[in-house]
Amino acid sequence: MTAAALSPRLQEIVDEFTALPPGQRLQLLLEFAEDLPHLPARYADHPDLLEPVPECQSPLFLAVEVADDGTARLFFQAPREAPTTRGFAGILYAGLDGMSVAEILATPGEFPSRLGLQDLVSPLRLRGMSAMLARIKHRLRSQAA
Amino acid sequence: MALPFDLEPKFADYAHPGMLVTTDWVAEHLDDPGLVVAESDEDVLLYETGHIPGAVKLDWHTELNDPVTRDYVDGPGFAALMSERGISRDTTLVLYGDKNNWWAAYALWVVTLFGHPDVRLMDGGRAKWFAEDRAVTNEIPRRPRTHYPVVGRDDSHIRAFKDRVLAHLGKPMIDVRSPGEYSGDLLHMPDYPQEGALRGGHIPGARSVPWARAAAQDATFRGRQELEAIYEQEIGLHPDDDVVVYCRIGERSSHTWFVLHHLLGFPNVRNYAGSWTAWGNSVQVPIARGAQP
Repeated sequence: MTAAALSPRLQEIVDEFTALPPGQRLQLLLEFAEDLPHLPARYADHPDLLEPVPECQSPLFLAVEVADDGTARLFFQAPREAPTTRGFAGILYAGLDGMSVAEILATPGEFPSRLGLQDLVSPLRLRGMSAMLARIKHRLRSQAA
Repeated sequence: MALPFDLEPKFADYAHPGMLVTTDWVAEHLDDPGLVVAESDEDVLLYETGHIPGAVKLDWHTELNDPVTRDYVDGPGFAALMSERGISRDTTLVLYGDKNNWWAAYALWVVTLFGHPDVRLMDGGRAKWFAEDRAVTNEIPRRPRTHYPVVGRDDSHIRAFKDRVLAHLGKPMIDVRSPGEYSGDLLHMPDYPQEGALRGGHIPGARSVPWARAAAQDATFRGRQELEAIYEQEIGLHPDDDVVVYCRIGERSSHTWFVLHHLLGFPNVRNYAGSWTAWGNSVQVPIARGAQP
């Protein structure tokens, strides 16, 4: 059985990680952490609108918006002292923000395990990214309902 | 060759003053041969965002654990790791990390299983170093490789396994997890990933002392009198007690082990490294629920 296909943007991120020697992948994860955009004021000023993701080691909050054209915008907040969690959020942002709801829902839940990070980050920590993805999907489903 | 002790007056009150150094001491000795500073954090990327110049990284999750068996690395694995980081058997190893030195204390406890002669904690850890605006770098040091000897891991003095804990029921035990985990309302730390225990609660007879009570606001250890007030006056432990400490996987309880053994001088303190993720999944072991021991 072959693994479910990823969207081109996510596949590109996976390729970017796996093309690097393992020693350099954490550096790339850090770049994703640094590129995570700040929250817009409508969320930064209203943290109650954000959903906590308790499965991450450090506090992460997220919000999801669906536009009229069926595309989704993703918003994340994680502290500077939690670069791994920020990096996970940065990957999901770079890979999924602005995609259609259907495309995001089709993202395989085990996608984080394809980044070649298990031995560097540990499977337990990686679970945080799977949990973020699961909550994004849950939000999209409940907003569509 | 071992470096001099830090003569900080606060440390002189502790049972083993040589186990701690201040940020001042580290800044002063940073370039001394014979010293290796190592950062050990919960977040695997934090070191990469900036660390003490010359400090190496030691990750509890991916490096101190055996990748297959649920256990720590063995003697050859530990020797390989130390050699690769440029640490010799006679190196003064100073550990520091995030979150009140939580993970640094865990690393120190694991290093102690291998009897490394001189390992210390930097009081206040990463938070204090950064709060004091001291030098930090992103540069990963390349220390020359060493030949750390293969030393067998000695689990007999400071580590407890399930059978010993069963035999220990009725004797002093400290549960260092959050009150919700202790009572059984939560199976894991608030806001943390579920790490898979099938039953909630605590080991019968264990007293609840959340680990971070031993840390002050600035992440340093509380002074000896304050620690005695918690563990001896409030909980009723005696220095000659045989004590078992535990948490969820044995990391938070390493911090309390350090406090009881090195700061208060209890000779017999063991960390139940399987902790709740072992006990809470075991068949037919006794469990207590609620806020009472």
